[in-house]
Amino acid sequence: MNFVLEPIAAVGRATLALIRKAGAMSLFGMAALSHLVRPPFYWRVFFTSLIEIAYFSLPVVALTAIFSGGVIALQSYTGFSQYHAQSAIASIVVLAVVRELGPVLAGLMVAGRVGAAMAAEIGTMRVTDQVDALWTLSTDPMKYLVAPRLLAGTLALPFLVLIADILGVMGGFAVSTSKLGFAPDAYIINTLAAVKPMDVIVGLVKAAVFGFLIALMGCYHGYTSRGGAEGVGSATTSAVVGASILLLAFDYLLTDLFFAQ
Amino acid sequence: MTSQPKIRIRGLKKAFGDKKVLDGVDLDVEAGTSFVIIGGSGTGKSVLLRCILGLIAPDEGRIEIDGEDMVTAAPRRREELVQQIGMLFQNGALFDSMSVADNIAFGLRAKGRAKADAKRVSWSAARLAAGDILKQVGLDPSVGALSPSELSGGMQKRVGLARAIAGTPDIMFFDEPTTGLDPIMGAVIDGLIVDCVKRLGCTAIAITHDMASAQRIGDKAAMLYQGRLVWQGLAADLMNSGDPLVDQFTHGRREGPITMELRR
Ligand SMILES: Nc1ncnc2c1ncn2[C@@H]1O[C@H](COP(=O)(O)OP(=O)(O)O)[C@@H](O)[C@H]1O
Ligand SMILES: [Mg+2]
Repeated sequence: MNFVLEPIAAVGRATLALIRKAGAMSLFGMAALSHLVRPPFYWRVFFTSLIEIAYFSLPVVALTAIFSGGVIALQSYTGFSQYHAQSAIASIVVLAVVRELGPVLAGLMVAGRVGAAMAAEIGTMRVTDQVDALWTLSTDPMKYLVAPRLLAGTLALPFLVLIADILGVMGGFAVSTSKLGFAPDAYIINTLAAVKPMDVIVGLVKAAVFGFLIALMGCYHGYTSRGGAEGVGSATTSAVVGASILLLAFDYLLTDLFFAQ
Repeated sequence: MTSQPKIRIRGLKKAFGDKKVLDGVDLDVEAGTSFVIIGGSGTGKSVLLRCILGLIAPDEGRIEIDGEDMVTAAPRRREELVQQIGMLFQNGALFDSMSVADNIAFGLRAKGRAKADAKRVSWSAARLAAGDILKQVGLDPSVGALSPSELSGGMQKRVGLARAIAGTPDIMFFDEPTTGLDPIMGAVIDGLIVDCVKRLGCTAIAITHDMASAQRIGDKAAMLYQGRLVWQGLAADLMNSGDPLVDQFTHGRREGPITMELRR
């Protein structure tokens, strides 16, 4: 009997733990949001995080975008006859980059960079009592540490994704014109004909959601970390893994919401 | 005439899971006096301070400051009550993303945060004043330009003290102020603490398991054991309290009524 019930019980326990965690994260996020709309707002922390996310992530995001745009062009070239390829590849590259690859790849890159850094920084502050020290110095740590980072993440990612969109298309353009021998002006005309404003806007909305989720995971796992350096280490891992999974899940949900009619 | 104690705690209880850490703590601290709490590692001394600071919600009991219960106070009011308390954390808890001067300026500006409408000290004015406060804890104002990670343990404690007194609190908490320091530096820090408490006219609670330090800082003392204060008296009597538990602890005897819980 036990060998039947045990696995089921284990699945049940894991599910309950997952739901409890999701609940705790949601409550944490809502508490932080409520601090955003109540003064004071810590502008210094906000601008520091904004620069850290938006500016210092530019190189990784840019390289990722350029190479993925180029790879899409190469890969789709093999699938089309020479005749159709000219117009098809330009539109495949721009739609893939703007709708999916830009937001998702930039999001994953930022999750690895910024989500981990936030978890490590806030986690270290937690285990060395700095978070509690803020409280004793009349500063609400949720307001000071978490709220500005959530806003910075939400605003920085759309900016990064816009850059990734442009560079991704340029990557595709470079490969198509230099390696596949397409005409540059025709490629640009085809690109502009294929992309609609809505594609770009939805991609940026996705980016904003991803940016919020990445900052939320970094802050949550840092804020709730326990047990010294080891605790901070596992908080960092959880932040990156959690942000990546949530990001892909929300990518599916948002795609379903906006594109699947 | 009995004056009202600055801090009065009644029946304070806190458990983590099924582990009872505080199990009915009663404590009175008279205004302007220093109270020392001794007790073994992991007996809940820090938890007690955290409950008073509102960092941990107690399960039961009253914590009164000037007769006003903090536990049942509205959140805004509780924040105001906490704002009169300055805290020196066990390892200083300096903000390592800021310079030493900014740490102290942060403490200075905390006072302005108490009331949203109060005129706040500007950062530049606070940084200037930080130099004076560094001198009060025996450090050269040039230390202000360093980052906390460049300081020795003793200097970090001094800066932590400077940050706490910058907001001119009415009440000061010290969590193991001499742990991890050599005996001379410990005595120096104790001296600074006594000076600061005198100068500000603070009511103080200090936690320690350093008997020399307890007697230097404290007017009165108590011992925390198994979630309760098992003995209270004058700090000067710590070494000959007549209480078997306190005696064993202060003299560091291996044999006695205290049983170390090695597994929990
Ligand atoms: N936030 C917490 N969650 C769970 N257990 C805690 C927490 N804080 C403290 N404890 C436990 O309470 C006990 C007392 O801790 P503490 O007050 O830090 O001891 P000390 O007297 O050495 O300062 C310890 O066993 C510790 O594990
Ligand atoms: Mg402690």
